[in-house]
Amino acid sequence: MNQTAGEASETLKEKQENPKIKSLKDFYKRLKKNIPALIGFYTIVFLVIVSIFGPMLTVHPYDTVNLSDRLVGPSAEYWFGTDHMGRDIFTRIIHGMSLTLMVGFFSVILGGVVGVPLGIVSGYYGGRLDNLIMRFMDVLLAFPGILLALAIVSVLGGSLQNVIIAVAIYAIPGFARIARGSTLATKKLEYVDAIKALGATDNRVIFKHIMPNVLSPLIVNATLYIATAILTAAGLSFLGMGAQPPTPEWGAMLNDGRDYMYQAGHIAFFPGVAIVVVVLAFNIFGDGLRDALDPKMKK
Amino acid sequence: MKQEENILEVKDLRTSFFIEGEEVKAVDGVTFDVPKGQTLGIVGESGSGKSISALSILQLIGHPGKIVGGEINFKGENLLDFSEKQIRQIRGNKISMIFQEPMTSLNPTYTVGQQIREALKIHQGLGKQKGTDKAIELLELVGIPSPQKRVTQYPFELSGGMRQRVMIAMALACNPELLIADEPTTALDVTIQAQILELIKELQQEIGMSVIMITHDLGVVAETCDYVAVMYCGKVVEYADVRTLFKNPRHPYTVGLLNSLPRSDVDQEELIPIKGTVPPPHDMPEGCRFAPRCPFATDLCHNHLPELKDVGDGEQIRCWIYTDEWDGDPEVKVYEPERTSENK
Repeated sequence: MNQTAGEASETLKEKQENPKIKSLKDFYKRLKKNIPALIGFYTIVFLVIVSIFGPMLTVHPYDTVNLSDRLVGPSAEYWFGTDHMGRDIFTRIIHGMSLTLMVGFFSVILGGVVGVPLGIVSGYYGGRLDNLIMRFMDVLLAFPGILLALAIVSVLGGSLQNVIIAVAIYAIPGFARIARGSTLATKKLEYVDAIKALGATDNRVIFKHIMPNVLSPLIVNATLYIATAILTAAGLSFLGMGAQPPTPEWGAMLNDGRDYMYQAGHIAFFPGVAIVVVVLAFNIFGDGLRDALDPKMKK
Repeated sequence: MKQEENILEVKDLRTSFFIEGEEVKAVDGVTFDVPKGQTLGIVGESGSGKSISALSILQLIGHPGKIVGGEINFKGENLLDFSEKQIRQIRGNKISMIFQEPMTSLNPTYTVGQQIREALKIHQGLGKQKGTDKAIELLELVGIPSPQKRVTQYPFELSGGMRQRVMIAMALACNPELLIADEPTTALDVTIQAQILELIKELQQEIGMSVIMITHDLGVVAETCDYVAVMYCGKVVEYADVRTLFKNPRHPYTVGLLNSLPRSDVDQEELIPIKGTVPPPHDMPEGCRFAPRCPFATDLCHNHLPELKDVGDGEQIRCWIYTDEWDGDPEVKVYEPERTSENK
């Protein structure tokens, strides 16, 4: 308690530099070295901002049929042209952005919330429970992704909400496997024994001490899976199993454009480009994230 | 000096691992006592079952291992009869443990303070502020300079010796009555080793706790322990107080161990190693575990396992030489296995 003034100010300074902020800064520094990942990151930030504020700024309604202006090419009035119903494609893409991102985020969150605890519990307890859980995951993995999603949506009915559920179910085994693998490695470390020797319950060990240590591969997986989820959701809508008209879902718009490919290619072109941009952004960001979160990759 | 109160009495503890339907007896009938306020050293080479014995006391043996028998009496109560919940209240509270690798014994994702607070939260329900105050106090106790600063640092920011000090602080958070130190200095360099051992000794006197010191280093034993249990292949072969053990080791294995160490008090031409290797756990000899490597072994030794027997003065030895059944050279019995270079 009888500190000198110098020591006191030193501790104060130490407190200001919150270790969490410090490690975030450190992480950003490493991400910055990877230019494509940085571009991916800022693209995602930009897309999120657009998806939130964009719909308030568009001039044209996204769902009003205007047959006098159908199949118009890109112009100053209609930046990306209009579709077969005369709806502005630019407006529809902006409105569809939030849907697309939502499908990506929610299905990954849902899949993660179910898959990660399953995987950790499986890896932590091992034995018969592990076998039971992982064999069930194998069953899910045995289906090709889009086929499983298709089956689930056809049972639940075609709507964006059900697409999210279907994509999430397919995400579960991926998360569970990664979580299990990391848990197997983590639970052998001595600090797990040490914390048990302090009298911690299994729940405390699992959720407070193992979970944070298996998080980084899961975050990478989540980011990469967002891209897959968006693609799968667009695919389902393209097949007419997802969002129903007049919802401006990009996959559905792509489908709308299919019949007018030769007369008005822009109807399919712009939603297609939008999907590519989003998926690419998440993919390269995910790759960069993996490099930044993996200390072994440090150059 | 004898007849002290024992804080822990382990009787015939047996812990096995079941691998592919086969039973591997890692700890096979271990018996030892820890007198209150004193230090018991458990010595043995790798795979002798010393760490497993320690983990068994706190029942931290995970699948596929299992405690298959024996008693662990802690202050008169058998810990093996306790429920999972009861044993959790013992862990970290009454009996604490520190581990070998300070590098991996701390969770990399939490600060030092957060980790020390864990024990305080689990057993005393201390909140963040009070916990942090207590954590700083503990860090000061284990001799970490500027604890206010250290408490917010992550393990990777500390050196190995510092981390071991943090581990000790964590273990001492709830004033345990027994501290199990599982090779606490093996991973540290020699100067730090001495500091840590000194620290444990000091704290022991301050708090009045008992210590089980698990090590393969006889130097550590000589420096810190009051009593020693020498383990070989999952069994205690000799239990004695530390002076007796070093002055007059009696089990051929203990003698062999001491002979393979350089001495500073006697001139030695060469060090004598113990011949052979430790038998694999699934292929244990039928008789005395040490018989295949023992220079005195007879048919009796090879075919029959000796009991751990009192030989007076609180000393216990598991060897046929010290029984009436001994059928080998009678001179061995008279002179006993001896340390090299010793004047007769």
